[in-house]
Amino acid sequence: MIELAVREGIRLSDESITDSPLAVRGLTVSYGQKPAVFSVDMTVQPGAMTAIIGPNGAGKSTLLKAALGIVKPLSGQVTVFGRPLEEQRARIAYVPQRASVDWDFPTRVIDVVLMGLYRELGLLGRLSARHKARALDSLARVGMHDFANRQIGQLSGGQQQRVFLARALAQEADLYLLDEPFAGVDAATEKAIISVLKSLKKAGRTVVVVHHDLATVTDYFDHVFLINTRRVAEGPVAEAFTADHLQAAYGGRLATAQVDQLARVLG
Amino acid sequence: MLRDALLLQLGYNATLVAVGATLLGISAGVTGTFLFLRKRALVSDAISHATLPGICLAFLLMVALGGDGRSLPGLLAGSALSAWIGLLCLNWLTRNTRLAEDAAIGAVLSVFFGFGIVLLTVIQTLGAGRQAGLEGFLLGSTAGMLWADALVIALGGAATLALILLIRRPMTLVAFDPEYAAARGVPVHRVDLAMMGLVMAVTVVGLKIVGLILIVALLIIPPVTARFWTERSDRVVLLSGLTGGLAGYLGAAISASAPNLPTGPIIVLVAFAFFALSLLVAPGRGVLAALLRHFRFQRRVHLRQGLLALAQGQPIFEQLTLRLLRRADLVRADGVATDAGRARAAKALRDETRWQIVRADQTHEAAAALYDGLRDIETVLTRDQIAEIDSRIGGPQEVPA
Repeated sequence: MIELAVREGIRLSDESITDSPLAVRGLTVSYGQKPAVFSVDMTVQPGAMTAIIGPNGAGKSTLLKAALGIVKPLSGQVTVFGRPLEEQRARIAYVPQRASVDWDFPTRVIDVVLMGLYRELGLLGRLSARHKARALDSLARVGMHDFANRQIGQLSGGQQQRVFLARALAQEADLYLLDEPFAGVDAATEKAIISVLKSLKKAGRTVVVVHHDLATVTDYFDHVFLINTRRVAEGPVAEAFTADHLQAAYGGRLATAQVDQLARVLG
Repeated sequence: MLRDALLLQLGYNATLVAVGATLLGISAGVTGTFLFLRKRALVSDAISHATLPGICLAFLLMVALGGDGRSLPGLLAGSALSAWIGLLCLNWLTRNTRLAEDAAIGAVLSVFFGFGIVLLTVIQTLGAGRQAGLEGFLLGSTAGMLWADALVIALGGAATLALILLIRRPMTLVAFDPEYAAARGVPVHRVDLAMMGLVMAVTVVGLKIVGLILIVALLIIPPVTARFWTERSDRVVLLSGLTGGLAGYLGAAISASAPNLPTGPIIVLVAFAFFALSLLVAPGRGVLAALLRHFRFQRRVHLRQGLLALAQGQPIFEQLTLRLLRRADLVRADGVATDAGRARAAKALRDETRWQIVRADQTHEAAAALYDGLRDIETVLTRDQIAEIDSRIGGPQEVPA
């Protein structure tokens, strides 16, 4: 009991938690008997762009989903801007993997973006011209303004991804969490997304991205979080994104060629 | 006779049934849409079959308490209770075991229905109460429908619709993107349960008219019918309600117009007729439209290829291409291009070059997404935009005369 109290005491006095847009302590998530994420601590820096990286099946997406309460963790706690998650829902925008939905769903691009405003609208609030303008504005920011009235089934993968991002933008949140937004998208989309994310950062927002392309980490992000079920390293790219940490996270799973290439990138 | 039935001129009972069936059709169509969009349409089959033991137990209870066991509200309350238990079993099986939902549906459906049939047989041999009516709940029986029965249906249907109006946004969000919904704090599990509760309400309300075996048709056929006509979920909901209501009304009228036509099954057949019609003639997703689109597309492809071949002075061997070109007076019978043909060919070639630029330019993305190698560029770009692109291509020297 005393030990627990001391632990809790340390946590409450931990100032990084009260500042952090997203702080995770002792988070364990398991599907069946095998933990996907084990006792992970993470403290996201405010106003930064953070990449969550790690090999396939390392628990990157699971960490994000557990932080958002989409999957139920076995243990651990999550605070958002120093408060419990449930109180801060309105400040979080989430961009799921685009493969997680059925794109033959009967709906138009603009309707998907408007879903980002449902929370604000409440159950019976009327959609006004102002809401539509906001949705169109979000679409314009990802270069999809002209697609507003198209059926979502007609979109390419990259366009689908940008519609999802537009839905998150419409929320006007403070913390943006994106799950593999660059997976399987064209170069134009990748450029559009990264420029939107950088503008969010410039506006003081916090961005966390589950990322799989090690080659672009130094270009796109200023913080990294390396995970392989457990936390491997966390910090500014210059300090945490090192060959040693990558070796620790990926083990033998990085091809030698990849390691060499990274070594060159990292100097 | 049918005309009288349609105008509600066939007497008190027929009118009650028609009004009740219409209301039921509307609420089933609207409720079923959300089930269909959530891709859980078959859950309704498990829910409806799970009503049977409840009906029988409620009957036995009411008889044991000294009644005749035929009070409709009592029977419906029993059916709702056992349907809810069946639903909870189904949910528990899919969430806490490795059983997939289809297998869980099969298990719950058959066990509850089997148990219900056993109870039904026991009741018949018991000879207690006026058990004759209970089998009517299997396929519906409208013969002895009372004003009070119609009122139960009307109130149940109205309550269902009001609830759906209230939670339509969370239900749509959960159906399209449950993960995003959860991230936004929508209680996904509770929304799902509410949706199932609504389906259960419709099922219970519909027991008297279409019966528990066929209610699933009224929940599923209207939404899939509506889906043929629109690409917007809110319109699927409206059209589905409309189709369901119309099927209920027409079905009830047809069954009243001749003796020995069962109401429930006729309603289902009418709904199916709407479905079959939509499947064939719906403009976007219908079979005929798709076929027509295919043939038209094929001809446009041939014509375009022919024009491009003419422009580049290549020979054309494809018979269909030649026939289409000749019919449009673009080539003469001997295969030589006419003046019009040469002009169109030059235009086609120039459009190809224009499209190449449009597709390489990210600012024209929305237009480029419409590229199919056939479309006239004027249909997607303004005159000014085309002029701008032409200035990039350079003078007309690139178009062979």
